[in-house]
Amino acid sequence: MSELIPPRRAPAARRQGLSWRSKRVRGWAYQLAAVSAIAFLAWLLVSSTLANMRLRGIQSGFDFLLQPAGFDIGEPWFGYESVNPYWKAFAVGVMNTLRVAVIGIVFSTLLGTALGIGRFSRNVLVRGLCYCYVELFRNVPVLLQLLVWYLAFTEYLPAPTEPLRAAGLFFVSKNGLSFPSPHWVPGHGLAVAGFLAGIGAAALYLWFAKRRFEQTGQQLPALLGAVALLVATTALGLWAGGSPVEFELPAMSEIQVEGGGSWTPEFLTVLLGLSFYTSAFIAEVVRAGIASVPAGQHEASASLGLSRLRSMRLVVMPQALRLIIPPLTNQYLNLTKNSSLAVAVGYPDVVSIANTAINQSGRAVECIAIIMAVYLTTSLLTSALMNWLDRRSALKER
Amino acid sequence: MGAAFTPIPARPAPQRTTGALAWVRKNLFASIPNAIATLLLGAFLAWLAFHFIRWGIVHAVGKPDADLCQAARGTGACWGVIVEKGRFILMGRYPSAEHWRAVLAVLALLTPVIASCSPRCWKPWLALVWVAGIAAFFVLMLGGVFGLSRVPTDQWGGLPLTLMLTVLSMAMAFPIAVVVALGRRSTMPAIRSLCIVYIELIRGVPLISLLFMASFMFPLFLPVGKSPDVLVRVIVGITLFAAAYMAEIVRGGLQTVGKGQTEAADSIGLGYWQAQRKIVLPQALAAVVPGIMNNFISLLKDTSLVTIVSLYELTGALSLALGSDPNWRPFKIEAYFFIAAVYFAMCFSMSRYSLRLEKRLARGSHR
Amino acid sequence: MLKPSPKHWCATAALAALATLALPAHAGKTLDAIKARGQVVCGVNTGLAGFSQADASGGWSGLDVDICKAIAAATLGDASKVKWVPLNAQQRFTALQSGEIDILSRNTTWTLTRDASLGLTFTGVTYYDGQGFMVPTKSKIKSAKQLKGATVCVQSGTTTEKNLTDYSKANNLALKPVVFEKLEATNAAYFSGRCQAYTTDASGLASIRNKEAKSPDEHLILPELISKEPLGPAVRRGDEEWAAIARWVVFGLIEAEEYGVTQANVDAMAKDSKDPVVGRLLGTTEDTGKLLGLDKDWLARAIKATGNYGEIFEKNVGPKTALALPRGSNQLWSKGGFMYAPPVR
Repeated sequence: MSELIPPRRAPAARRQGLSWRSKRVRGWAYQLAAVSAIAFLAWLLVSSTLANMRLRGIQSGFDFLLQPAGFDIGEPWFGYESVNPYWKAFAVGVMNTLRVAVIGIVFSTLLGTALGIGRFSRNVLVRGLCYCYVELFRNVPVLLQLLVWYLAFTEYLPAPTEPLRAAGLFFVSKNGLSFPSPHWVPGHGLAVAGFLAGIGAAALYLWFAKRRFEQTGQQLPALLGAVALLVATTALGLWAGGSPVEFELPAMSEIQVEGGGSWTPEFLTVLLGLSFYTSAFIAEVVRAGIASVPAGQHEASASLGLSRLRSMRLVVMPQALRLIIPPLTNQYLNLTKNSSLAVAVGYPDVVSIANTAINQSGRAVECIAIIMAVYLTTSLLTSALMNWLDRRSALKER
Repeated sequence: MGAAFTPIPARPAPQRTTGALAWVRKNLFASIPNAIATLLLGAFLAWLAFHFIRWGIVHAVGKPDADLCQAARGTGACWGVIVEKGRFILMGRYPSAEHWRAVLAVLALLTPVIASCSPRCWKPWLALVWVAGIAAFFVLMLGGVFGLSRVPTDQWGGLPLTLMLTVLSMAMAFPIAVVVALGRRSTMPAIRSLCIVYIELIRGVPLISLLFMASFMFPLFLPVGKSPDVLVRVIVGITLFAAAYMAEIVRGGLQTVGKGQTEAADSIGLGYWQAQRKIVLPQALAAVVPGIMNNFISLLKDTSLVTIVSLYELTGALSLALGSDPNWRPFKIEAYFFIAAVYFAMCFSMSRYSLRLEKRLARGSHR
Repeated sequence: MLKPSPKHWCATAALAALATLALPAHAGKTLDAIKARGQVVCGVNTGLAGFSQADASGGWSGLDVDICKAIAAATLGDASKVKWVPLNAQQRFTALQSGEIDILSRNTTWTLTRDASLGLTFTGVTYYDGQGFMVPTKSKIKSAKQLKGATVCVQSGTTTEKNLTDYSKANNLALKPVVFEKLEATNAAYFSGRCQAYTTDASGLASIRNKEAKSPDEHLILPELISKEPLGPAVRRGDEEWAAIARWVVFGLIEAEEYGVTQANVDAMAKDSKDPVVGRLLGTTEDTGKLLGLDKDWLARAIKATGNYGEIFEKNVGPKTALALPRGSNQLWSKGGFMYAPPVR
């Protein structure tokens, strides 16, 4: 048996000295320099601003949010009155922004999807019109579009003293569209409970229908069934509450239409202007998504005998959705941010209210910070929601 | 076997698949729903065209005569308002004797833009062309040298202002965007976080809040008396905004450059910055030119927002021109069509060109 | 071992240079800056007929404009040495706070919030005004109390919003404001019929009606004045010397009207008048300018450039102009109005 060779000495430990040659050391040095430069700049700006404000006697701090606002808002919520504090005024502004953003997103998605699919129609007129619409609305600035809409509403609608009437219940004038609005009565609470229960029942039905299809191939009417369930449960709740149907009807007073719910020209301008503008971009996104689905899919579904509508619905769109959702998120965020232009047409969204607050209280820095915080939060929430949708529709790879 | 040959009767000719009638049948009347759609849309288009031609051409008033226009109100368009106020809308409050300078300045500014659009000009001397173009623009617009009279910046307006804001912001935002995009992809966590925070912060807020910040808050950052011009503040705000969006586009381009390129650069001994400058960036930037052009188009449209901070570019000059003139105020819609047409012409042509460029650049990669 | 390289020194030098910016700002001598510049920078309205309006050749005219011209004449000797900066309601206070302008003469109401928390000092009242309403004549509304539930066009950034709310609450009118950012948008909305009424200072209503309505008879300014709006110039807080100059030029112009010194007769009065008060005003018997940091002819130059307060009023907004505003509260105290200047002595 041969002897084991003596073990070699362990290699000397690597010198951990600080050498500029080491990438790690350089990396740390750069990062330290960058962070300290930014921190220094930030400190400089903040201290300079505070010093300037103190010197000029400008007050700062967020305590003004608890003081009475002192101004009225044209489209209030939560029973807002001028004696309410500033934070409530901001809440009304946020509510108005969300109102326009949510309805705008729904409307523009529907319109944009229809236009995007229309670009693939066999009918040349439909194709051409969709193309012209998209190019026209994409290439004109959104502020200009809002101003044109507002001009159209304020110039060409009839004066408030002689509105257009429809069935004595709907009035259209320069003051906007007035319609009967339901009066909130406790009996309605049961109807709302029925609605919420209906959502749960509809979700259950959809899950059941999907399982049924997977197991037996039998297709139950999914959408129709869900909607029918929703309507049935709401009606049940309404009936259980005593069927109160109280509507506040609009009526003519001596200078204008009073009462009922109303949509002001400002709200309609921002809603319609933004929806038409964003729908053009969404149409492009949908078109690109559908075009990315390989031609083989269209051919395969045609060979199975599916009509164009069914193949679009069952084969093409689910695959296109994967490519559509990220840019669609972008468009939704753009619509929300563009709603800040409402300040130019007099719609009291959060930027307009913050503007008024800056003028009444003088706290420019604080109010702008609030605007930015509101939009950042909305962006983050929308992105999170769309990312969840994206993950659900992504290819489940191994 | 002596019967004469009687051919079977000839079948009718098959339906033509070419020719005008076939085209109509295929594209307009392919199925019942299609036919209905064609009829409805056709009727709608015909009605629209009829009314537009009647309002816009037949009964329209071309002369800049307010009374004629007022008489034709409701039946005919008043294109006279464009003849009368068009120059003011396009040039803002720039003194009319010096309009030739503004036109030359716009041409000087557009030269580097047009040069950058063609791949043949993507050489190092392009940067010099940019610097020269922008310098020439400022010399011509501001004046004060070479015997030109001085025109202060608060009198600049209309189309030159729109183009200047767009081009200058893009030019200044581009280097910032490249640095931020590289930082976003860096392996150093602090720098990466700083870049992410910057990009997400700016992209999450509307441009209007940045403009408000520029006009309300920038003066508070500096000592009394040293407040910069409104124009400077707005340009800084728009530049920061454009840089964040462009950084994302450049980052997309950087991602298309394979890792093998950086590894190969490492293996021949190039440092980080040398590798970026010589190997990665030329490939990445060539890939993102269409994206940058799209960004340019959307920035051009976004500059219309500076109206809200009282800089009178194209949209603002219109409200200035017509807002205080009761004779011409009723004809705002015709003026709006005019500037919508101006914007449309600029943006549409740029977007068509960028599509063509994209197809041309992708030609090599399609199999 | 870290080897310092040229890059390090550059970075350190840059950081040191930035540090100099951190020195706290000091109030700065506005008068010295004006004398060095040779110009007074005056913030005015973008276009309010009678108060500050630009004409086609770039010259400005109006009541607020004349006040600035008088101050320039008193300080620099020449009423044309003024740089006019048109500002909208939003930008006016920031422009003054940041040093962009030296004095704000832009029909600005003197209120506690503005005086105490925005870093400004008001130097006096040049026009006692009140907020009112304007309605189209054909709406047949004759009094503000008939405006129940009406939509009212109002511009953001002014005291009008708050006054409107207060009035609406006090009289149970539930007025609905439509708030616009820009004056042009507000005017456009009112004249297109979107709102039933327009509200701003009564002088502003007269000016807008005169300039922008097709015919002034088509619009009626309702008689109720719902608030006090004392309009006057403002300067930055912290520079008492400049504030004193601005204050006493206005008081001097009012005193001049009280003692009958006009633009036409100021030279003659300087030579011949035996009244010791006139002598003090015009600097012939006593040098009051020295105490303000100016020379002895300061007020004489101001009067010669623009006339006394009464002449300024008559020329810009008086009964003979298109605005046709009555002297009313802006008359001298001795004749029943509010214009009372502390004595120049």
